[in-house]
Amino acid sequence: MIYNLPFYAVIIIIAIGLYIIAFKRNLIKIAMGITIIQSGVNLFLITLGYRKDGLAPIFTHLPKDTPIPNGMVLPVPQALTLTSIVIGVAVLALILSFIIVLFREYGTLDTYKMRRLKE
Amino acid sequence: MRKILAFVFFIIFCGFLFISVYELHTFGDPPSDMDDYIINNAQNQTGANNAVTSVVFDYRGYDTLGEATVLFTAIAGVMILFRKRREP
Amino acid sequence: MTDEGLSLIVQNIVSLLFPLALIFSFYIILFGHVTPGGGFQGGAVGASAVVMLIVAFGAKKIHGNMSHENMSIFESTGALIFILTGLIGLIVASTFLSNFLVDTPLFGEIPAWGSNPGILNSGGILPVLNIAVGMKVIAGLSAVVLLMALAMEGKKK
Repeated sequence: MIYNLPFYAVIIIIAIGLYIIAFKRNLIKIAMGITIIQSGVNLFLITLGYRKDGLAPIFTHLPKDTPIPNGMVLPVPQALTLTSIVIGVAVLALILSFIIVLFREYGTLDTYKMRRLKE
Repeated sequence: MRKILAFVFFIIFCGFLFISVYELHTFGDPPSDMDDYIINNAQNQTGANNAVTSVVFDYRGYDTLGEATVLFTAIAGVMILFRKRREP
Repeated sequence: MTDEGLSLIVQNIVSLLFPLALIFSFYIILFGHVTPGGGFQGGAVGASAVVMLIVAFGAKKIHGNMSHENMSIFESTGALIFILTGLIGLIVASTFLSNFLVDTPLFGEIPAWGSNPGILNSGGILPVLNIAVGMKVIAGLSAVVLLMALAMEGKKK
């Protein structure tokens, strides 16, 4: 079990983010919980492509005696993680803009009070 | 109450995540046929020293076009939300 | 954020540090095919340099020159360069985004196989796409932060 430790760390991060979304009332805390879940998923994508004692897949100034396909980390999960990080930033920008408009409309940031003021 | 039901579903979901670790490969030994081909042939076909950049922009350039579109749509949405109303 | 920015010492130091941060982000964008980096990473560093300027000088002063309409023109130019490069690849070699600049004098040397010191003139269409995506990310992220700073002014406790 000690060899799969990064996968268990990913499970702990996703569980913390899910607890924050389900049980907290403040809107800013819910936005932070969504960002924590996105960080956990990015970490999972990177740790899928690790090779033991591997170097980065870049040929500039590589040390002279590394075996070429077998001594390097896989490059494809890193490309997918880059896309996922940028999409997380775009979603967070839209969530924060909605929070600013809601605060200007209702005057409070509590989700339990935002339903009562509709009357 | 609703909080007890939410807590039960949270425990079930975390247990499901915990059991699914046993189906993954061991950490440090991934199956890698496609990535061996990409590392061996990225310098001849692309002409770049960086295998990650050649995967992002040459072998999978269509995904990067989709990601640039998502970024453009999000910024357009923020600009629409903060428009100034002209008082008539 | 306060409306007039921070104090005079902070404004002087930021106006000394802003060109250094911008040149660092251009280095990361341009050498994307030799060292680790590329379009998105250099764009994030450049956007954080512009955000440092917004925090130090206040959003109203920055809105005079770098308004969000100018940033929108800059971002749309980056997106158009990306799509035009793909369409020229479709006309030349019948695949969208094909690498038609290898073996040409523009960006076309092929490095030796294995470990080597990097060549800047190599890479095919990769430097062109890196510059396009870098322009798009810098303009987009700084426009978002500028709009949020303008919407929240006058709301101090």
